[in-house]
This record gives sequence, structure tokens and C-alpha cells, in this order.
Amino acid sequence: MKLNGYSVMVDDQAKALRFYTEILGFQKKHDIPLGEHNWITVVSPEDPDGTELGLEPDAHPAAKTFKAAMVEDGIPFTSFAVQNIAAEHERLESLGVRFTQPPVDYGTVITAVFDDTCGNLIQIAQETPES
Amino acid sequence: MDDLYRAIADPTRRTILDELVKRDGQSLFELCGRLTMNHGIGSSRQAISQHLEVLESAGLVKVKREGRYKFHWFNGEPLKSISKRWPAN
Repeated sequence: MKLNGYSVMVDDQAKALRFYTEILGFQKKHDIPLGEHNWITVVSPEDPDGTELGLEPDAHPAAKTFKAAMVEDGIPFTSFAVQNIAAEHERLESLGVRFTQPPVDYGTVITAVFDDTCGNLIQIAQETPES
Repeated sequence: MDDLYRAIADPTRRTILDELVKRDGQSLFELCGRLTMNHGIGSSRQAISQHLEVLESAGLVKVKREGRYKFHWFNGEPLKSISKRWPAN
């Protein structure tokens, strides 16, 4: 068994696809109509054959309540790895992305948290090997 | 006044204030991260949330909502009553 995909629950799949590709810089891998919604996944251009991120509709009534509670307390739904968090933070802010936590240095890792505009907070993390 | 002394009597609550002085306006998530990573305080989010309520009732923390987010801000104003009561010089 291996992990090949995971997902975030988004309030609008088309908007999410734009944000995750045009702003974050992922690439669309699948976009297949499945009844009311689409099956959409994106991949990192650094690893196009790697783990896929699904942009799943948050249509279940409990999903919105859960997401709102997480966002209120600043809790990210998931985390992405970045090479240079300072540059990424600056780049995303210049594109209008709202950070609820600017980069905070914990010694072995620097993390920041932003709003994906689809009802989730997302953490980015840069590992900083001890020198 | 009793609320104020009770609030600052607890070491975890004093550390929460330390971290807010370092960077004001933090989410619960960021505060918990800082307490764990910088101080080895492994209390649950619920426990930290309760500490924040005590600090808030003493007036030392202000909670402000910004849209869907909730941030915590340090307010040192109530501490003036201590030095007013017992002047340092």
C-alpha cells in the first residue's frame, strides 16, 4: 500500500482549480465530469508523476461546519513542502493571498499558513537542517 | 483585580503572553505551535483555549474576529494597576 493522493474539500471546484494552478502553481492532472461535480486533481510541477491532490466538493452538510471551525482557530487542513518559504510567502502575498500566520521559525522547520480562498487554511513548511 | 493576579499566576499563561509580545495577533493554531515548539508545552488546544479565556477575562488578551478568522492580541493596560498600587520607586 502506498499513498498516491489526498484531497482538500473546496467550496467551488472551478475557483479552486484556478487558485491551485494559477496562484499556487500546481498543474492540472485530471478534470473529469462525474455527474454534478468533477473529479479534479492537481500535481506539483516538481513531481508531475507524484502524489495527486484532489479538489473535492464540500457538498456534505457537515463539511462546511467543520471547515469553518478549523479556519476560525487558524488550523491548516494540510501542509505542502517548499524550498524557500520566505520567497514563497512574498510571492503569494504579492498575488493577494491572505496569510493567517507569516513564516515562523521553529529551528528545524519554518511554517506559514494561508487561506486557499475555498474555505481552507493551508500550511507551507520549509525544513531547515541543523547546521 | 483578583482575575488579573490569577491570570498571571500560571506559568503557561505567562508564556502565552510572552509569545503574543513576540508577535501580536495570533490564531489559536499559531499560539499552540509556539508553545509546543519553543517551550515544550504539550497542552491540548482545548487547554490553551481555556487559558486564553482566563487571560481574556482579566483583560490581558483581546480576541478580535477578522472575517472568518479569530486572532488574539496582548493588552498590557490592566498591568498598570499593579505598579500604581505598589509604585516601583
